[in-house]
Amino acid sequence: MRLKALVRLAWEAIVRNRVRSLLTMLGMIIGVGAVVITISIGVGARAAISAQITGLGSNLLIVIPGSVNLNGVQTGTGAASTLTPDDGLAIVKLYHVAAVSPLVGLHTQAIAGSNNWYTGIAGVAPSYTYIREWHMASGRFFTDADEASSAKVCVLGQTVIENLFPDGDSPLGKTVLVHNVPFTVIGTLARRGQSASGQDQDDTILIPFTASMQRVTGTTFVNVILVSADDGKYIPFVQNEIFGLLRQRHRITGAMQDDFDIRNLQDIANAAASSATTMELLLAGVAVVSLLVGGIGIMNIMLVSVSERTREIGLRIAVGARSSSILLQFLIEAVVLSGVGGLIGVLLGVIGSGAVAIFGHWPMAIPIGGMLLAFGFAMLTGVFFGYYPASKAAHLNPIEALRFE
Amino acid sequence: MPAAPVVRLIGVRKTYSMGDQNLAALDGVDLTLEAGEFVAIMGPSGSGKSTLMHVIGLLDRIDSGRYLFEGQDVALLDADQLADVRSRRLGFVFQSYNLLPRTTAIENVELPMVYAGVTDQERRRRALQALEIVGVPEMAQHVSNQMSGGQQQRVAIARALVNDPSLILADEPTGALDTKSSEEIMRLFARLNAEHGMTILLVTHEPDVGRKAKRVVEFRDGKIVRDLPVGEAFRGAAAG
Repeated sequence: MRLKALVRLAWEAIVRNRVRSLLTMLGMIIGVGAVVITISIGVGARAAISAQITGLGSNLLIVIPGSVNLNGVQTGTGAASTLTPDDGLAIVKLYHVAAVSPLVGLHTQAIAGSNNWYTGIAGVAPSYTYIREWHMASGRFFTDADEASSAKVCVLGQTVIENLFPDGDSPLGKTVLVHNVPFTVIGTLARRGQSASGQDQDDTILIPFTASMQRVTGTTFVNVILVSADDGKYIPFVQNEIFGLLRQRHRITGAMQDDFDIRNLQDIANAAASSATTMELLLAGVAVVSLLVGGIGIMNIMLVSVSERTREIGLRIAVGARSSSILLQFLIEAVVLSGVGGLIGVLLGVIGSGAVAIFGHWPMAIPIGGMLLAFGFAMLTGVFFGYYPASKAAHLNPIEALRFE
Repeated sequence: MPAAPVVRLIGVRKTYSMGDQNLAALDGVDLTLEAGEFVAIMGPSGSGKSTLMHVIGLLDRIDSGRYLFEGQDVALLDADQLADVRSRRLGFVFQSYNLLPRTTAIENVELPMVYAGVTDQERRRRALQALEIVGVPEMAQHVSNQMSGGQQQRVAIARALVNDPSLILADEPTGALDTKSSEEIMRLFARLNAEHGMTILLVTHEPDVGRKAKRVVEFRDGKIVRDLPVGEAFRGAAAG
């Protein structure tokens, strides 16, 4: 008996009991779907993490103000005003520190001519483009002299340019008003696109932090200090040095609470990677259990099917079916059942991967290899769990089978 | 050289063990069926006639003695070879028709050809032909629960003869039918034997059915007690 006829026979048997077949396939569907989503999450999360690392700049350490206790009220991390530009100057002098830039940020309305745009104003040092590995599109970045003189100069991100200078003229030499302070545009930044967390990195205006503190915010503290180590392997060393230095400068001794915190990009990446791994392991567990349960479900329903069709099997043997034909008929039915379940599972897996990618803000990955793997595994499960019922059918005694009620 | 008999049984024994006692279903049976014969096996239930049917139909093995099918000793055939003989040389008709459910008549008739490796087109052609021979070509596309018992049994007979077997085995083929349908089915068997030269062996316990055959073999306790042409077998009982 030819394969085509057997597959058609199996398909007819499955369609005859639609609901039962679908319920039987459920385990396969969930199992295969979970495998596809697992692999997709793994690929997507790792891609997102690597984008995060390269996007923020290499060998980066981020010093942020810590939580402080103000008369019994514990403030949140980053809220305190404990970091100063002088802290930054002190950090530059440490070994293996390549560059330091304070960051003073605020969100406000920027005005150019008749256009205005709400954007983020970042006061930074000339080393900022080096630390963030950010290139200029045109013009120049500000210099140490600009910083020293608190010069009213600015560099614009592409999104800001599109909104403040919509007619396409070069913004170089034009004036942008920030808090009624006129800043002259001296350069534009290369397009960078979205950050790993979905933020538009091009929606920014950079000004010297000295100008920001003296002319815009009027503050004496900075929000963040960005530190770049001269080599990735010195990151723990530099982190340790900054700790010692800032504790000394801020007069923190013994068990006193630090008023700052240092974020190591590698730690952030590792944490993200480990949470991705945890999720992958969890889903892989779900996948294996589902495939197992799905396989047992298929075996169960195939045993029912063999028992229901005992007379049919007896008749087929009587009219000349070899036992191998009977075995193949029921084995193929099991494999078609698991294969169709696998296909639906792959489909749901792709949809699920898309949803997870949107939810997790990372590029959607469609793992072809993973899908084939999951599908193949489903078929194998069908063969494995379908063999026992099929062999039972093939070895029925035809006389008893024909008498079976 | 004359053709070998279709069936030749020599001293055949078949014993079933029921608990601690052995039951001889066939107790030294000698029987020869020549091509073109129409034989009724009669006897009370438990006399061994069904076992004989299964043995001749190659669904059951014998314990001792010899069984030659078309001159071939079946003891020498393996399971796959027996399946091939069943598919090409034997046709079965059952009391309960045994048509596949939710399957059309023509597909049922095609079934033995599927296992005999006949091509799709040839299958369809021969199945239609067989349905015409048994007189229900209009039922080709009907499924079994849309047909009467007599029609279903005709389809089953078409299935039995479609591979042009050398022997048709019918096990109480009229057992589930009313008198009128029974007579029609028996006329069909007689016609298949007379016009198509089919060799037919049927098992029955009804004298009215056995009377339609040409030769009657009577069974009792696993042994043949009478083996006569139909005229002699029913002499004296004809009035009753």
